Amino acid sequence: MALSDSDRDVVVEELGRDPTHPEAALFENLWSEHCSYRSSRPLLTAFESDGEHVVVPPGDDAGVVSLPGAEDTYLAMGIESHNHPSYVDPYDGAATGVGGIVRDILSMGAYPIALTDSLYFGDFDLEYPRYLLEGVVEGISEYGNSIGVPTVAGSVAFHEDYEENPLVNVACVGLLEADRLTTAKAQTAGNKLVLVGSSTGRDGLGGASFASEDIAEDAETEDRGAVQVGNPYREKLLIEANEQLIEADIVESARDLGAAGLGGASSELVAKGGYGAEIDLDAIHQREPGLSAMELLLSESQERIVYEVRPENVERVQAIAERYDLGSAVIGDVTEDGQYVCTKDGEVVVDVPAEFVGEGAPLADLDRVEPSQPETDRPEVDIESAFETVVGHPNTASKRWIYRQYDHEVQVRTAMRPGDDAALLAIREARADRRSAEQSSGDNRETGVGLAISAGADPNWTEAAPYEGARAAGLENATNIAAKGATPLAAVDCLNAGNPENPDVYGEFAGIVDGLADVCADLSVPVVGGNVSLYNDSATGPIPPTPTLAMVGTKDGYEAPALSLSGEGTLLLVGDLALAGEAEPRLGGSQLLAGEGGTDRFPTLPDDPSAFVEAVAEVADADGTLAVHDVSHGGLAVTLAEMVHADAGADVTIETDDSVGALFHEQAGRAVIETTAPDAVRAAFDGIAPVVELGKADSSGTLSLSVGPDTLEVTANEIADLRSIIEDELD
Amino acid sequence: MTVAVIQFGGSNCDRDTVQALDSVGVEAELIWHEDGLPAGIEGIVLPGGFSYGDFLRAGAMAAQSPIMDDVRSAADAGTPVLGICNGAQIGCEASLTPGAFTTNESDRFQCEHVHLRVENADTPWTRAYEEGDVIQLPIAHGEGRFEISDDRLDTLEADDRILFRYCEPDGTVTPESNPNGSKHNVAGVTGERDSVAVMMPHPERMSLPDIGPTDGRGVLGAFA
Repeated sequence: MALSDSDRDVVVEELGRDPTHPEAALFENLWSEHCSYRSSRPLLTAFESDGEHVVVPPGDDAGVVSLPGAEDTYLAMGIESHNHPSYVDPYDGAATGVGGIVRDILSMGAYPIALTDSLYFGDFDLEYPRYLLEGVVEGISEYGNSIGVPTVAGSVAFHEDYEENPLVNVACVGLLEADRLTTAKAQTAGNKLVLVGSSTGRDGLGGASFASEDIAEDAETEDRGAVQVGNPYREKLLIEANEQLIEADIVESARDLGAAGLGGASSELVAKGGYGAEIDLDAIHQREPGLSAMELLLSESQERIVYEVRPENVERVQAIAERYDLGSAVIGDVTEDGQYVCTKDGEVVVDVPAEFVGEGAPLADLDRVEPSQPETDRPEVDIESAFETVVGHPNTASKRWIYRQYDHEVQVRTAMRPGDDAALLAIREARADRRSAEQSSGDNRETGVGLAISAGADPNWTEAAPYEGARAAGLENATNIAAKGATPLAAVDCLNAGNPENPDVYGEFAGIVDGLADVCADLSVPVVGGNVSLYNDSATGPIPPTPTLAMVGTKDGYEAPALSLSGEGTLLLVGDLALAGEAEPRLGGSQLLAGEGGTDRFPTLPDDPSAFVEAVAEVADADGTLAVHDVSHGGLAVTLAEMVHADAGADVTIETDDSVGALFHEQAGRAVIETTAPDAVRAAFDGIAPVVELGKADSSGTLSLSVGPDTLEVTANEIADLRSIIEDELD
Repeated sequence: MTVAVIQFGGSNCDRDTVQALDSVGVEAELIWHEDGLPAGIEGIVLPGGFSYGDFLRAGAMAAQSPIMDDVRSAADAGTPVLGICNGAQIGCEASLTPGAFTTNESDRFQCEHVHLRVENADTPWTRAYEEGDVIQLPIAHGEGRFEISDDRLDTLEADDRILFRYCEPDGTVTPESNPNGSKHNVAGVTGERDSVAVMMPHPERMSLPDIGPTDGRGVLGAFA
């Protein structure tokens, strides 16, 4: 891919001359979709990124929010896609996705405390998606585990349209005290730019532009050079060195070298501060001889960060790098005049306005077709075979085979592990005894803050209805957090879609953007960062529009109800509009239709999701609550199946004339609650959401369903057999 | 007592271990391997992680690090030394303890909770338990399969140097409860002195009461 003719014209007009070869390559990569968001930026204004806890809104390496009740403790959050690299080289592609998002967190002055991975592959029955799954999981495992950052949450979905274009969306959360906050905005002309980390080689050349076009049929062989290769050992050293640099307070600003390498990071850093830079490309520590100016500028060699450092601190910065066996080089200066100038062998090879490199890309004005919803054409199926189809599908099955390969307990914060609705981490730094009196507020600061994390999206939902499906994905993540008694605080999003030049694809993309923006606004969850990945298109066509969301929420303390039944309470279903007669049961977007065929419209979502989420969080922490589980993928049938285990069963009766609809519709914004105080739960949801009594939990270890005219009995063992399909097939 | 938790490049359970020791009332400090072992150290932990990126074999590079000479001298002088996970691999590579930890039978990294039977409660590391007690600790490793020659294992068993074996919740030692294929389900052993020990499971991850059960506190209590 080269700089397009129309972009070249814009560059020539600005510069008053033809760009040099390195300049043209710089514009090609920085003006790529991946870096410039040229097709998506007009839509992204839909997102609310304000809020009382927002410290750094989108636009930096990562978003930053303060913790409610411990306002001097901040979280940094970011998300990144590594989709195309993970297709070409699943192990390295996924591993470097982890590395990149971790460095985005480091460069904010934070210490990374959690990772989430949302993965999307083609049909699980096919060999190629399985090969990609195994490689991607191994890549995440080896990289994430080695750097000592726990992978605590995520999602995995299979859908035929990801067959030749998997998605790997990695999010990272970091922790910092307010005084450590560092941004990617250059502070003062005359400061030095110091490059710390791995030496620069030829790997990952043109990665940004590779990520911004459709996957070619020969991509696996042809584009291998555009895939970066990671070294988690060096990343871990960089984490430790960064920690020392931040603690010593000798860094003025910082930016991770990601897409478009040094050229991208250094030009954006100085442009953000209204400055320019003079860079000596020969000063860069290099892995191999003979690198050209273009290669030095655009290499995406991993594990590198550029720091702005006051001249008097340069020596200390380099000494810290050396202590951790990391290379470092003083590569240039921040300059007053706003020009981004690079020299090589004494010659000026790049001389362009820094701001123009970052912001000059013409925005695309693309046509779109509004998506439409299908007519209703439901399959003929009884609840027994529907149960087998849905509960035994890899989409709803246990993901233990995957998360068992991730270290999810390092850093000793993990109070609730993967496999539940949301992870829960202990933020002891927010405890009152760790802080001064005036920094501490809230009712229960003795215990610290529990941080709940949920991430994911459901491609079946957004395929059926992009706008409503994205709203549902947002609501589902919020419900996951509330099910553990936490209140949503902030989110980052990763918006994936096919080739935006296709009006149908762009219409779907606009749908997921608006849907996610609207639901987050309804929930008062600011979206503080994100990533857009377009051109996820291959010989097998575009992917379903996929709005991955990684959301965090907070609560006092680290205790939360499990999703497993205790066997001693009443079972209530809250929020089900169809069972309450407030909406018709619709199977659109359901796993049942994905498995059995047929079409239907997408379920109606609650009008006021915020009140619902608040009520779930309140009830989750109530005295009588024994278990809480979000109802979503696979519907009520899957939720109940997941709650039952060898020591606890459920006896459920549902009055309905549509038993398949009742068990398998996937309206988001529902939860099953096991409680000894059903009246208190009804009171908590009064005027907010309908409450239906399902029956009682017991010690039978069997799920007994009596739904309309149908009955079904399944033991915990039978359920476990159905749900173990991924490990059965891959081990 | 001040315990040194030794940081190699790539150690990643170092801070966790300091936190856990602190919570059982043991003062601990991080010691960067290049800085050498300070005077007055009364206990040593080789923490978990991926020292030197597991280059060559897990623990092989760190075992050659100069600070290991200090550790060996301290161990010989009776200073308690505990290697956890990667620290256990380093301990075996440095011949502080017998045998080796190698690639899991599954050929994959495994992070999960396992049951362990206390085999010998008459060591500093296990005196908080009774022989035959079953405790639960997390494992998180790709190379945790204990290997040793048959005759050396016989000697170890005869000398009561097995600390823990992987077992069922009721304490029965079975192949199914062996997560990684370790010989005779061995999860931890002592050196020639029982003040030196290594184990693959992570006691420091089950020591902080605010996030769950505390079965690992007894092991770290050896330093108290």
